[in-house]
Amino acid sequence: MRISEADIRRVAELANLALTEDEVARMAQDMDGILQHIDKLSELDTTGVEPMAQVLFDAEETATLREDRERAPLSNADAVANAAVTSGGYYKVPKVIER
Amino acid sequence: MEALATPEMIAKYEPVIGLEVHVQLATNTKIFCGCPTGFGAAPNSNVCPVCLGLPGALPVLNRQAVELAIEASLALNCTVNSKSIFARKNYFYPDLPKGYQISQFDQPLAEHGFVEVSVRGETKRIGVTRVHMEDDAGKSLHEGFKDSDRYTYVDLNRSGTPLIEIVSEPDIRTSDEAHAYLTEIKQVMQYLGVSTCDMEKGQLRCDANVSVRLKGAEKFGTKAEVKNLNSFRFLKMALDHEIARQVALLESGGRVVQETRLYDPDADETISMRSKESAHDYRYFPEPDLAPLRISEVWMARIRERMPELPASRRQRFIESYGLREYDAHVLTATRPMSEYFEAVVAASGDARAAANWVMGDLAALLKQEGKEIEDSPIAAERLGQLVKLIGEGKINGKLAKDIFPKMVETGDDPDTIMRREGLTAISDEGALGKIIDEVIAANPKQVEQYKSGKQQVIGFLVGQAMKASRGQADPATMNRMLKDKL
Repeated sequence: MRISEADIRRVAELANLALTEDEVARMAQDMDGILQHIDKLSELDTTGVEPMAQVLFDAEETATLREDRERAPLSNADAVANAAVTSGGYYKVPKVIER
Repeated sequence: MEALATPEMIAKYEPVIGLEVHVQLATNTKIFCGCPTGFGAAPNSNVCPVCLGLPGALPVLNRQAVELAIEASLALNCTVNSKSIFARKNYFYPDLPKGYQISQFDQPLAEHGFVEVSVRGETKRIGVTRVHMEDDAGKSLHEGFKDSDRYTYVDLNRSGTPLIEIVSEPDIRTSDEAHAYLTEIKQVMQYLGVSTCDMEKGQLRCDANVSVRLKGAEKFGTKAEVKNLNSFRFLKMALDHEIARQVALLESGGRVVQETRLYDPDADETISMRSKESAHDYRYFPEPDLAPLRISEVWMARIRERMPELPASRRQRFIESYGLREYDAHVLTATRPMSEYFEAVVAASGDARAAANWVMGDLAALLKQEGKEIEDSPIAAERLGQLVKLIGEGKINGKLAKDIFPKMVETGDDPDTIMRREGLTAISDEGALGKIIDEVIAANPKQVEQYKSGKQQVIGFLVGQAMKASRGQADPATMNRMLKDKL
């Protein structure tokens, strides 16, 4: 196993997921399989190949930039339309306590 | 409140401080969308699918934000990387609707710069580790609503505002150096027009990494991160407090815990927010929705070309070409409008020293009294220059100039007009002055007697009377000399 159940619990905590014991065991299995699959890629010889963050790598310098021009924002009504609780144009969330 | 260390204890230690400074870039629109960046709009009214983090919305980088960030980096003597990469910094908080901040991680925009600061006459170089671009989060309001005990209110107008983060090396050793460093950064950003740096509007924010070590020790101590240093005064107070807290801990046999602490200015103390050891793991990875940022030499050269003279070199130039003292040069370059005003007064008067005295003296007092900045000065620089010139030409003396100055504010007229209208020209004709002196001597026989019997200080009274009789139009030094001759 390349990944432990403790790793799974930690990742779940960071992702705000509550997993049951069964799920932790299953996730460990699944993720281990995924990582093994990814390991396959490491078999390729990448000597001299620059690490790539993005496939659009060779675009012109300016090709992906926009001009600093305003576009009409959403109305406040639209902006908060999907929120569970709102008031006075604000989103309201349960009192936040720093973790 | 915990015990703090005594000055004797603190003297045994050396603080090691690094600052992380966030600067809001002065663009019209947000970094990844076209929403306006204005301050004070109604809540959640400057938002769109991109800055609300709605599914499927895609960020597109603002060219102006990049250019301002490059200007800032060059001004901080950084090497701008020809390729940098955006990364996602993942964490959960209600004012971060995407669930991640778009920042830069292992390949930032710029690196390896420095800032020179001057503290008590000593110049010191403080390294700038990196400058990177990122988007701001929204705003959480924890207080101020009737149900604030149960709810946090969220306004996402600020979400997506363009920022640069400037990270310093741990080169700072005192709270005064930290203050000077932040001052220099603010000045440079304002000169460039990269940011207005209004701390009250959150356009300039500062966090500090603080540790202490015994003097002479090589190893750094464990550091704590202090947040909420959002005024120059708080910065100094919070750092001094944190240094004293850490020294007290070590002196009493304890140890410093690596954690984030929040400065509370009301209580003048720092409070532990969270322990860094467990809470955070940002799981950075390259932002798949943005192409790497490539900056060509040509683009950079174009930006470099249009950059204005920066405060440090302007200060140097003022000292060298105008013969100003270092302190005066600092005051007169504090802001770009201030330095431009001063230079306009010099140009109109031809006398830099006198111009400096007037700008830092009477004009500064006037602005303070009226609560105005120099860019809104009631007296135009050219007018003040004319006044200084009239003194230099001997047409008026300093006393008359001080009478004309408030009349310039009152009437908005130029000094020459006021001088002529009010007959306030200096009397340099010795015949006319002699007549005044004769009158003063005749009118004050008692004082004249006292002077003649050896009471030298009475001359001051007589000069005063003569000045009064001349309506201030005579030169007191000439008056003094002529009176003495006559007596």
